[in-house]
Amino acid sequence: MPRSRGCRPRLTLCPQVHSLQELRRSASLATKVFVQRDYSDGTTCQFQTKFPPELESRIERQLFEETVKTLNGFYAEAEKIGGSSYLEGCLACATAYFIFLCMETHYEKVLKKISKYIQDQNEKIYAPRGLLLTDPLERGMRVIEISIYEDRCSSGSSSSGSSSSSSGGGGGGAGGR
Amino acid sequence: MTPGGGSGPMKDCEYSQISTHSSSSPMESPHKKKKSVPKRKWEVFPGRNKFFCNGRIMMARQTGVFYLTLVLILVTSGLFFAFDCPYLSEKITPAIPAIGGILFFFVMGTLLRTSFSDPGVLPRATPDEAADLERQIDIANGCSSGGYRPPPRTKEVIINGQTVKLKYCFTCKIFRPPRASHCSLCDNCVERFDHHCPWVGNCVGKRNYRFFYMFILSLSFLTVFIFAFVITHVILRSQQIGFLNALKDSPASVLEAVVCFFSVWSIVGLSGFHTYLISSNQTTNEDIKGSWSNKRGKENYNPYSYGNIFTNCCAALCGPLSPSLIDRRGFIQPDTPQLAGPSNGITMYGATQSQSNMCDQDQCIQSTKFVLQAAATPLLQSEPSITSEELPLPGKTSLSGPCATLTLGQPTPPSSMPNLTSDSGLTDIIPLKEEHEGHQFLTPEEAPSPPGLLPSGSPIAHSRTMHVLSLASQDSLHEDSVRGLVKLSSV
Repeated sequence: MPRSRGCRPRLTLCPQVHSLQELRRSASLATKVFVQRDYSDGTTCQFQTKFPPELESRIERQLFEETVKTLNGFYAEAEKIGGSSYLEGCLACATAYFIFLCMETHYEKVLKKISKYIQDQNEKIYAPRGLLLTDPLERGMRVIEISIYEDRCSSGSSSSGSSSSSSGGGGGGAGGR
Repeated sequence: MTPGGGSGPMKDCEYSQISTHSSSSPMESPHKKKKSVPKRKWEVFPGRNKFFCNGRIMMARQTGVFYLTLVLILVTSGLFFAFDCPYLSEKITPAIPAIGGILFFFVMGTLLRTSFSDPGVLPRATPDEAADLERQIDIANGCSSGGYRPPPRTKEVIINGQTVKLKYCFTCKIFRPPRASHCSLCDNCVERFDHHCPWVGNCVGKRNYRFFYMFILSLSFLTVFIFAFVITHVILRSQQIGFLNALKDSPASVLEAVVCFFSVWSIVGLSGFHTYLISSNQTTNEDIKGSWSNKRGKENYNPYSYGNIFTNCCAALCGPLSPSLIDRRGFIQPDTPQLAGPSNGITMYGATQSQSNMCDQDQCIQSTKFVLQAAATPLLQSEPSITSEELPLPGKTSLSGPCATLTLGQPTPPSSMPNLTSDSGLTDIIPLKEEHEGHQFLTPEEAPSPPGLLPSGSPIAHSRTMHVLSLASQDSLHEDSVRGLVKLSSV
């Protein structure tokens, strides 16, 4: 019972838009690519704009770089230290931080913008190419996770016979070394 | 989550991830028996934390000392408002209870905020992310070193021109971001880790540092305020009816004066110390290790500092407040097992749960050891207290570290583990401490022992288990340096 149940929600994780759901349903997850953080300017949240080679055949370099740069811009906006953030901080301090119980911080507002942007990009650019971005917030702001999907018909036939054994062996090999 | 995660791809004959396969371990199933009610993520949170109010409140596992703090503040201010304020407002001005009330309100607000909020815990890596990191480490190792050299699980990044080493966390399966550190008591990596403060019953990190600072700052004001006006009260009364009669008339004042007198030094010292840290944009952790001190080399400087005291203070206290990265109250998605402890990591040693039990057991053994140790050694010695505080770390890592490497098939000598996992090796701390003491010319009876910080609480602290004491001793470390500061300032 839990087994048959378990596989269904896997295909329909976070309820999003139709095309994304279709992507999840009709395609299988091949691999994941992770874009790491860029710490060269300190601990502010920035991601590397280096183009991962795994995406070479999937998406144009400019599109990807633009996405990452826009995200970086959003994070820079969220973490900007200036008049408005000082005002917010002082106001919160004056109320012994009780104001945060009923007020949304600037950072949270930007985060909402970011998740909207990512969903938008997924719909417009990434899903048609069989890719899927995950909001960095869901991964502890460490990485941008890009899932690469492959059509089930192509991968299903080729790997159906050996997938259980090969994936087990492969898992042991790749993970264990 | 994992039985599905593991079997799903198999059934569909998809390309299976390395990790999803191995994470479908049978020991997961008892966890998932009750599937009718959707579980929230805090219920399966892998760290050693306590949650209240359905995940809204997050604290460390041991909260005994926090209640002591709470009782001390409540009792002292309660006595002040009940016995001193009526007299003072009548004789001097009603502004005294008003100001006291505001200060008290602020202190309680910031204390509860510090204790109950997420200090900035980094969620552990998802199996996929961990597998990807593992692959990268393999690639790096494959080219650079042959033979049986232990894999160098560090990564170097350049931050504002300063090279910083990122260490790999074997528990969280991530390269710790700069300034992050793994709290051995809460078993979490915490961003901009400052220290684990048993007095507030939580780690102090990126997300609650400003609350913590405002707490100790306002508490030092409150303590000085109460102390000053209690003395005023006693003096005014003794002018009328004589000193002894005054004491007889308001015995509460004596108790308050004693509590305030003993706590004011450590609290004011601590806030002074943290003011210095904030103005130089350092953490207690970095200060104790001397990460950016000039003694390490002329080229050594703090890459996070904005270069001027004012900006540093503003950034620390009024900068943007980053969001919590652990979605404590979110519901567990069947596909996102990253917060479910047992399923993270690549080659999931199926023994995670039994392993955590072992960890607990291990701690039990350790703590009983401490009790014996404490009985045997006089409390004056502060070095055993450090070792006792540091000991659980290597003990724990040797459990999880080699365990992981065994299944990984990597011949990693355990000797490299403590270096990687315990951020501040003993060798780092002890010389530094001696140096401190050398500076201050501490006489034996002045040598700080943990209960001496708040002597009024020491009987209670004594009666607590040694584990708590070892907790308390953690703070004593930086309290030592604080005391040094106090001493310097008083000289």
